Amino acid sequence: MKIAVCIKQVVGREWQLRLSDDKTWIRDQDASFELNEPDAYALEAALRLKEQHGGEVVVCSAGPSRVVQALREALARGADRAIHVEDGALASADAFVVAGALAAALRDEHFDLVLTGLQSDDQGFGQVGVVLAERLGLAHSTITMDVAVEDGGLRVKRELEGGWFQWIRLPLPALLTIQSGINQLRYATLKGIMAAKKKEIRSVAAPADLAARQRIVSLYFPEKSKQTRMIAGAPDEAAKELVRVLREEARVF
Amino acid sequence: MVLVIAEQRDGKLNRASWEPIIAAQGLGGPVKVALLGQGLEAAAAELAAAKVDEVVRVEHASLEAYTADGFVQALAAFIAAEAPAHVFFTHTYQTRDFAPALAARLDRALITDVVAAKPHGDGLAFTRPMFQAKVVADVVAEGPAPHLVSFQIGAFKVDALVRGDTAAPVRAVDAAVDPAAIRQRPEAPFQEAKQAVDLSQAERIVSVGRGIKAPEHLEMAKELAAALQAELAASRPICDAGWLPMDRQIGSSGQTVAPKLYLALGISGAIQHVVGMKGSRTIVAINKDPEAPIFEIADYGITGDLFEVVPAIITALKA
Repeated sequence: MKIAVCIKQVVGREWQLRLSDDKTWIRDQDASFELNEPDAYALEAALRLKEQHGGEVVVCSAGPSRVVQALREALARGADRAIHVEDGALASADAFVVAGALAAALRDEHFDLVLTGLQSDDQGFGQVGVVLAERLGLAHSTITMDVAVEDGGLRVKRELEGGWFQWIRLPLPALLTIQSGINQLRYATLKGIMAAKKKEIRSVAAPADLAARQRIVSLYFPEKSKQTRMIAGAPDEAAKELVRVLREEARVF
Repeated sequence: MVLVIAEQRDGKLNRASWEPIIAAQGLGGPVKVALLGQGLEAAAAELAAAKVDEVVRVEHASLEAYTADGFVQALAAFIAAEAPAHVFFTHTYQTRDFAPALAARLDRALITDVVAAKPHGDGLAFTRPMFQAKVVADVVAEGPAPHLVSFQIGAFKVDALVRGDTAAPVRAVDAAVDPAAIRQRPEAPFQEAKQAVDLSQAERIVSVGRGIKAPEHLEMAKELAAALQAELAASRPICDAGWLPMDRQIGSSGQTVAPKLYLALGISGAIQHVVGMKGSRTIVAINKDPEAPIFEIADYGITGDLFEVVPAIITALKA
């Protein structure tokens, strides 16, 4: 099975976020970057499918030159080769532009399966995977908990809300967005890191004609919106007062 | 005109569907609400209680079970016929499954996970969290209308809904769906855990975090939940430790809820948790650490020892 995994590199969770002077993006020159965690689960799912069914795992990322680092990490974990859609503007691009860039890079390779993470930890559109499916004409399913290859197609477990799940059959080729936490991630071994150095990272240009469909006009830190009433006193008194205000003021029961 | 796409399963309206209707009412222009599926009379009648211009049942046998392809086809045709300025959704798992494909097929903007709409120039800017809610962004749609917008569950209080003096007219249309073009073949939804609960529909929730310290202390939280007729939920560490099943998890990797009462026991208030419950109408936090960020979003707070305060609340409730 020929599988593509789309990954994004995002600013590290621990990085103290700072805004750019015009307040429409972040000032990330001194930021640390890491592989978007939800995408790591998509990569792991792809590597497991390859172990079961054979084939090839190709990682693809659309972003500035720094994303090579994330691609290299994916190669070290076991991906066979990488495609880098390189363009500095992709760092802050919207979902349509990112999906368009990925679609252009993946289209001619005719993958059987394309996997993405659920959403990114930066802009968090939760759109790129599904828009990409539409651009490539692939059947898709999202928030995938489990993937089985059956009768030349897929049977996937989809998470619904409130503890509900559903199995869905899909023909191949298909695109799935993978739920975080569905598998145990592997980390790169020294052997894997060495092997990754010899693996191909092909750089391609982003198409010039991609139109953004949204624009950030302002970015700001959230304000505290609530006045909290602290209830003091001994536990018995505080508990009585809490029950009173919940009954009489908040009227929640 | 704003077209709101409501959501139902087995004919039962998703309570979170009221929220994009409230958002649309707030803009002051005409509002239509559409519901997709089959056998939608009861749910459509329920929606017609809202002050809206029309409720439309978009029906087809192939829409009875949800599929992304079925919904994209039906909505692409219906939106083209109605020509709204905006299409509003609730940011549910179902919306996340089909709305990006719909937007791509229409080649129109989709802004997701929105918590507010506000005027911007001649149009609207939509407010949404970014960078795991560490910052807030005002985002505008680019390109021609309609612009698609999905609202985070809990962004609007359900009691802000404006009801009509009389029921809104309900119209049924046959959806334009080619069943042969639906590639997903869904099986029946199922619950893994026997007592699995849809926390998003709960009116009251008692939620526990690391401060509960040991699984045996959950009994106390269960007793409090029973006294409040509340559902029991937890932050991620409790579910990861296996003390409560995963379907009880609230937060970015769990469920998003907006109950009338959210009582947080020993929850510090990490953003990953807060995004899942900050829309609750009344938030009560009980924590031994007065600096815990949960107090920033709480309406009422008690600084103290859970193991003293919770039994006292149970006693006070029974009094």
